[in-house]
Amino acid sequence: MLSIYKKEVRSFLGSLIAYIVMGVFLILTGLFLWFVDGNSIFDLGVASLQVMFDISPYILIFLVSAITMKSISDEKRLGTLEIITTKPITDLQIILEKYFAALTLVAFTLLLTSFYAYAVYNLALPVGNIDLGSMLGSYLGLFLLAACYASIGLFASSLTDNQIVALILSMLLSFFFFAVLGMLGDLEILDKIGRSLNWFSLEFHYNSMSRGVVDTRDLVFFLGFISVFLGGTKLVFESRKWS
Amino acid sequence: MSIKVDQLTKIYGKQVAVDAISFDIPTGQIVGFLGPNGAGKSTTMKMITGYIPPSSGTGTVCGIDLVEDSIEVRKLVGYLPENNPLYLEMYVKEYLEFIAGLSGVSKIKPAVEKAIEMTKLTPERHKKVGQLSKGYRQRVGLAQALIHEPKVLILDEPTSGLDPIQVVEIRQVIKDLGKDKTVLLSTHIMQEVEAMCDRVIMISKGKLVADDLVTTLTKDGKSLEDTFRSLANSENHVEHI
Repeated sequence: MLSIYKKEVRSFLGSLIAYIVMGVFLILTGLFLWFVDGNSIFDLGVASLQVMFDISPYILIFLVSAITMKSISDEKRLGTLEIITTKPITDLQIILEKYFAALTLVAFTLLLTSFYAYAVYNLALPVGNIDLGSMLGSYLGLFLLAACYASIGLFASSLTDNQIVALILSMLLSFFFFAVLGMLGDLEILDKIGRSLNWFSLEFHYNSMSRGVVDTRDLVFFLGFISVFLGGTKLVFESRKWS
Repeated sequence: MSIKVDQLTKIYGKQVAVDAISFDIPTGQIVGFLGPNGAGKSTTMKMITGYIPPSSGTGTVCGIDLVEDSIEVRKLVGYLPENNPLYLEMYVKEYLEFIAGLSGVSKIKPAVEKAIEMTKLTPERHKKVGQLSKGYRQRVGLAQALIHEPKVLILDEPTSGLDPIQVVEIRQVIKDLGKDKTVLLSTHIMQEVEAMCDRVIMISKGKLVADDLVTTLTKDGKSLEDTFRSLANSENHVEHI
C-alpha cells in the first residue's frame, strides 16, 4: 500500500525540484508582499496577504507544472511503466498515488507561507485585526487551484515521454483554464455564451473563494475539474490496451 | 497447468502480431520461447503479464483468467520486460523494497534480502542502480521479478547485451530458479536454450511453428539452430509433443 506515493515523495525530496519549487515560491511571494514598490504591504498600508493571493496563481502555473512534469513521462521514457503496470495494482491507484504525492508537495509549499500570515497578523493594528475568514478562504482556494493545476500536469505528463513537452503543455493548459477562459468570456461579442465561459474558468471560482465564503458550487467545480483531468489521465494510461 | 493459452491473438490495426497461439506449460518447466525478431514473442509475454489484453483468445495462469482476474494473475507472475527498465537514480535496496511493497509482499526486509542473495547482488546492494554494470543491472531486474516469490517467471531476453561470463552467471541463476518455478524465457540464442530449457516453443510471424522438448528436437543429430532456421522460414508447420 502507498508504495508509489512513498517513492514519489522520496524522489521529490531526493531531487532538487522540491527545494527549488519551495524556494522560488517563498522568494517570489515574499518579494511581492514586502519589497516591490507600490504593491507591498507597507505601501498599501493594509494588513492582508491579498497581494500574495493575487500573484500566486501565476507563479504556481509554473511551479506545479514543474512538480508534475516527470511524474508519468519519465516512467514512459525509462520503460518502467511496464514494470509498475504489471504489478498487482490498478492503473487508477497508480495515478491517484502519484497525484497525491504531487499534492503533498504543493500543500507543504503553501504551508511555508504561513510565516507571512503570522507576520501580517502581528503587524495589524491592533494585533490580530485581519480578515481571517477571507485569508482562510483564499488559502483553501489557492490549494484547490493548485490541485487543479496538478491534475492538468499529470494529464500532460501522461501524454508524452518528454518532460519538457509535459512542462510546456501543462503550463499552457493551466494558463488557459485559469486566465484565458475568463478573458474570452469578457469579450462583448460572446454575450451570454461569454458569461458561461467565464463560469468555467478557474479564476472565477478562485476569486469567489477568496472572498471568504466557501460555496459548495465552487468546491464541486474544483473537484469535478480535478476528476475530469485524472479521468483523462486514466484514459491515456489505458490507451495501450486499445488496438 | 501453470500457464495455458488458447487461441491467443493480438491484432494491431491490420497487423496480426500474435496469431491464434495455443500452448500449455506444466509447473516446474523451463521453456525457451524462440522466434525471429518481430515474431510476437514480447507481445505474447505482455498479454500473459497483463500489460495488454489479447484481441481474442483466452489464457490462464495457475487456473486464473488473464483478463478477468488480471490483478490476481499479476500476484503469481514475476516479469522481466524487454531491455530491463530500471530507475537509475534509486539505490538497489531502495528499488527492491519499493517493488516488494508494490507486489504486496508483507515482510519486505527479509524478501529483499532473499532476492539479493538469490541473484548474488550482495556486493552491490548499497550502490545506485545507475552505477551498476549491465550484468548487475540484469540481476536487479531478475531480483525485481522474483521478489514476491511468484510461481511463474516471464523473462523477456534476460541475457541480451551481456558478456559471455555474465551470460553464464545469469543462466545459472535462472536454472536455479527453475527448480521450483515455471519459467518462460525468450531468447535468440540457441545454445542458451540447450543449456537451460526443458522445452522449446517456437513462433514465426505470430504463428506457432514448433512446440517440443529440447531432447526430441535435437535427437536425430540435427542442431537446434538448423531446426530453427527451417521452421522460421516455413509456415504453420506444427510439431506436437
